[in-house]
Amino acid sequence: MKLKNGAVRLDATDMEILRALQENCRETYGAIGKRLGIAHSTVYDRIRKMEQQKVIQNYTAIIDVQKVGVRNISSIMTVYADPKEIERVAEKLASLPEVLEAYTSVSEELLIIAKVSAASQEDLHEFIANSVAPLPGVSRIRTSIITKKFKETQFSIANASERLHL
Amino acid sequence: MNSDTASKSLRTVPREKAFYFFTSIGNYTGASASSLKEFMEKINEVNVKSLEFHLYRGDFEKWMAEVLQDTELASDIKKLQKLSLTGNGLRDQLSFTVSRRYKRLTSQPATSRF
Repeated sequence: MKLKNGAVRLDATDMEILRALQENCRETYGAIGKRLGIAHSTVYDRIRKMEQQKVIQNYTAIIDVQKVGVRNISSIMTVYADPKEIERVAEKLASLPEVLEAYTSVSEELLIIAKVSAASQEDLHEFIANSVAPLPGVSRIRTSIITKKFKETQFSIANASERLHL
Repeated sequence: MNSDTASKSLRTVPREKAFYFFTSIGNYTGASASSLKEFMEKINEVNVKSLEFHLYRGDFEKWMAEVLQDTELASDIKKLQKLSLTGNGLRDQLSFTVSRRYKRLTSQPATSRF
């Protein structure tokens, strides 16, 4: 069953399974079931259902890029654009492989915030100059290069139980 | 100078080939130029930091040579790097260099240019 805002109705067991998967998505159905006091087949069924409902979108590995030895600099790019064009600009940015995340946002004016990855500062500049600045509607761009990462994580079910509408 | 050189240098290029003025890596001012005439106007308007940024990276000469295919102007602009100019001194010298070239290109009879 779907709720008004497109959310799927989940019960406490579903939430506990999601919490377990967010902690370690390689944990077996049996181990999760044992921890929650339910059969492994129940865990399997519920996970399958949440996959079909796109509650669970993907299982992925979090890689330390530095250890892999890939040259990489990350930056936060703020794109100011004509309000009539901002959706189109954001969609175009989202389609580019250099853009890791893209959001529209509003402060004093409507803008796009995107996380961009490139091999070097020069490559970053070339990308922004050749692929972002020329997009119709872009009025100016501010870019901050990330020098050190202190935290990077996903929204965690475990830390947000009071915000859930079960 | 032949008419082909002049017509290439004076043409308006598509927006993906335009020159976009930045003040530093990834910081776009919002100003761009799609022709030599527009470039000449914009260098008198943009933040002088942008002129310093692009001149010493070689971006102006690259655009002149590769997009407008004006190697003579590219060479003149490259020479400005050796003067180590900054601020409005740089703006004035760059403006003078580009304007002089523009006047030479546009002073040719229209029939030989197009």
